[in-house]
Amino acid sequence: MKEIEIHAQPDLLHEGEIASDIRTEELLVNMGPQHPSTHGVLRVVLVTDGELILKATPHIGYLHRCAEKIAENVSYRQYTPYTDRMDYLAAMNNNLGFALAVEKMGGIEVPERAQYLRVIFAELNRIASHLVAVGSYGLDMGAFTPFLYCFREREWIVDLFESVCGARLTYSYITIGGVREDIPEGFVSQCKEFLDFFEPKIREYNDLLSYNHIFINRTGNVGVCPADMAIGYGLTGPCLRGSGVKWDLRKNTPYCKYDEFDFDVPVGDGRFGAVGDCWDRYFVRVMEMTQSVRIVRQALERLSDGPVSAKVPRMLKLPAGEIYFEVENPRGQLGFYIVSEGGNSPYRLKVRGPSFCNLSVLEGLAKNCLLADIAAMIGSLDVVMGEVDR
Amino acid sequence: MTVLEIVDILKHRFGADLVGSVVEGTHPHVVVRAEKLVSVCEFLRDDEKLRFDLLRCVSGVDWMGKNLIEVSYDLISIRFGHALAVKVILDRAKPQVETVSGIWQAANWHEREAFDLVGVQFVGHTDLVRILMPEDWVGHPLRKDYQDPVEYHGLKVKP
Amino acid sequence: MQTFERPKIEYTGISKTIAEIAVVVAKIAGPILRRLAWFVFFGVIIFGCAFVWAVGRFVNPLVPWIVRDIIVVAGGLGFVSLVAMVGIWGERKVSGHIQSRLGPMRTGGWHGWLQSLADGLKFVQKEDLIPASADQPLFRLAPYIALVPVICAYVVIPFGASWVFRDRDVSLLFVLAMLGIEVLGVILGGWASNSKWSLYGAMREACQLVSYEIPMGLSLLVPVMAVGSISLVQMGKAQSGGWFNWLMFQNPFLFFAFFTYYIASLASCKRAPFDLPEGESELVAGFHTEYSGFRFVMFFFAEYAAMFAVSAIATIVFLGGWNSPVGDATSGPLWFVAKGMFLVWVQMWIRWTLPRIRIDQVMHACVKYLLPFTMILFVGSSVWQLYGSQFIFYTRFILGGLGLVMVGLFLAGAGYGYVNRGRLVGRLARKHLPGA
Repeated sequence: MKEIEIHAQPDLLHEGEIASDIRTEELLVNMGPQHPSTHGVLRVVLVTDGELILKATPHIGYLHRCAEKIAENVSYRQYTPYTDRMDYLAAMNNNLGFALAVEKMGGIEVPERAQYLRVIFAELNRIASHLVAVGSYGLDMGAFTPFLYCFREREWIVDLFESVCGARLTYSYITIGGVREDIPEGFVSQCKEFLDFFEPKIREYNDLLSYNHIFINRTGNVGVCPADMAIGYGLTGPCLRGSGVKWDLRKNTPYCKYDEFDFDVPVGDGRFGAVGDCWDRYFVRVMEMTQSVRIVRQALERLSDGPVSAKVPRMLKLPAGEIYFEVENPRGQLGFYIVSEGGNSPYRLKVRGPSFCNLSVLEGLAKNCLLADIAAMIGSLDVVMGEVDR
Repeated sequence: MTVLEIVDILKHRFGADLVGSVVEGTHPHVVVRAEKLVSVCEFLRDDEKLRFDLLRCVSGVDWMGKNLIEVSYDLISIRFGHALAVKVILDRAKPQVETVSGIWQAANWHEREAFDLVGVQFVGHTDLVRILMPEDWVGHPLRKDYQDPVEYHGLKVKP
Repeated sequence: MQTFERPKIEYTGISKTIAEIAVVVAKIAGPILRRLAWFVFFGVIIFGCAFVWAVGRFVNPLVPWIVRDIIVVAGGLGFVSLVAMVGIWGERKVSGHIQSRLGPMRTGGWHGWLQSLADGLKFVQKEDLIPASADQPLFRLAPYIALVPVICAYVVIPFGASWVFRDRDVSLLFVLAMLGIEVLGVILGGWASNSKWSLYGAMREACQLVSYEIPMGLSLLVPVMAVGSISLVQMGKAQSGGWFNWLMFQNPFLFFAFFTYYIASLASCKRAPFDLPEGESELVAGFHTEYSGFRFVMFFFAEYAAMFAVSAIATIVFLGGWNSPVGDATSGPLWFVAKGMFLVWVQMWIRWTLPRIRIDQVMHACVKYLLPFTMILFVGSSVWQLYGSQFIFYTRFILGGLGLVMVGLFLAGAGYGYVNRGRLVGRLARKHLPGA
């Protein structure tokens, strides 16, 4: 039997030879500004090697609407509706942040009833915003159903808002000096009915999505952001708490009667991977919804009769000076830096959008991960482009 | 730790480099000389008693009347819970200041925004390009003497 | 200001003649047809029925094979289209009801049953858009390569003991081969689109399908070994007599082989959680990102036809095919379609419940878990056949009982959901519920 000779080709196995023969290069993929999982008009330029991401660079600015420039030309009260348009999923919280900054600067006293109403609506809006975040995170992971469950509950909250202020997305309800109108009759019982309906639903989301094995495999140990990195990049809100840092402005520097309420600050504990992975950031939002329900229940208990707004002149004039004030938004700390020269409108107004800072960490997170992980990371950072670009 | 104590520590450490300080009111801050900003910031972050680890915001303000540009760095300490702002005052014709993005990575995007909208030059920044406006935009929109261009790539800016 | 100008198409040569004739015909025939639309519609149906009846009544013994084949091919194509259309409508209804919505409710009156027909009509009217930088011939070819093999697979699928178009000895292999060709169309489409997302989708499909063919084939070999034939008709005939005679309950290895086959078949027809080739949150729409109009419909059709095809294989090979679970009296194609549709429905159920797996996890699951497991099943089943024949009589009742318990649990869950439907759905959908 003739033996077959195998001709080894050492030349071809030589590395340099292949490199000159077959040219390989990285593939540049433009993810966005129109892409289903970039949550708006974010554009991420990916340098990929097959499915592997070598570098991801976010490019922003596609939704820039000159909110800071507009502020210099309108009066303080006229600016409240513009704050709605920043983080349009949590408009109540934006209103609250701006109103508190102006009130603190102008020394305006807000009636007690208005303060509790503000807490109620800010927390309800926090629930609504987290519902969108949680639901659309499921969507990013390919689970369509939790998204619609979350929107079913959010619909009820939006209905409640509509009964109060007539708007379903951009409320402008919390104004300087208090809230715009008193709540309609029967609101308190409707709100309680919603809370009773909603609280057990959180367990359903956990059964369906949070503790799903596939979901945990997709998000656990992915996009790990250690605590020092999170603080260094200026992450705030659930993203910071997901990294295990117990920092919540409602607890640490209470505003608006938050010191009266009994609630916990949930942090990520690294249950399915390292502390600060996508699952932790996601689950902090789920846990925060429970805490928000607790706060709303307590605030409804304490709601007393009285006026809902202080007397504020139509053309409000603030004394010359400046202020930097932050509130805890669903996405992190929303800061307003107002410089006044004593006129009707701010001399300079700078908004510190939490999503802006949270998004900047993406470049640091998205190294040597897979293409599908990019969607997981962006979803877990939960950015709203309206606020990133302002 | 109160603002007064922090300012005392800073005064003790930096002396004349601390140009001014405001401890009362709604926005307590210290004003430092622009050349000393990085060392002050490093001290603020690393000192055992201060530990300002979170840079919240970098905002530039254009004072056209005084011919100045002011950059304010809002800091907060997550470990101790105290807050302070550091300000530098720059010449409006040539607003240049050393970058702090080596101290807090968060400064990277904030400084790009301040460069984009107010036109502050951050020396040593790794990637100082426009962030919100298009890269070939002319002018810095939050300057008080900013004029809108008539058209941009054939599109009328003002209808 | 950037404007997009559509290039004007100048017809020349024979195309011009055809276009002119079409215009003339449409001018004359259009109004007449519009007036007599219902007449024409029913006329075609009555004529078709009369033709079928006449063929069966008068020319059957003498019928030339080509006429018979034409009739059966028309029937087969009709069935595939029907399956795909019912599948698409069913998918929307099932997803709607899982997500506490209603799904399509308007088109056609009763629960929107005409929705997929209306969608199909809409797609036919859409412009056939081909990206300028696409590889034109391949781009046009790809949908056909995806759809035609799937329809071919139906040629050998037996709907009943004698309800099969071509009974071949190697019918199981033929079906697997045809389903394997489908991937070629997807890769072609992804490549020819000249879009990076499409390319990603195509490459994912290629690596996923090629790896999952192996556990799929191996788990089908287990029942093939038990019967001793790869003719689907033979396999169906071997399972008559009642549910405990179904191959799935013959031995424990076959029982598990059903599940491994089902998982692998999910991956092979790109159903969730293995829908990476079109994973919409990562790849926009994967390999069909650039497709629109009727070419997109062909991919869509192919997916739903393949869904039923793999379910049909599972039905014949594991679940007794056309045999009724209780005795042979009621056996027939209806049982076959019902079982196949049930498995299709389970695919939908899984799709709307689970998140998507990542590509490395897909490969991991196949190579590290599914493949060794099916090999163990394969070896175990052969050993069982050599030495375990004395247990067979009891085993089938034990495993059959297990199957019955599973069906019972499923029915109990469905009943619980139905009783509590008011609690499960949203407030808007509640007033549309039956009995509300």
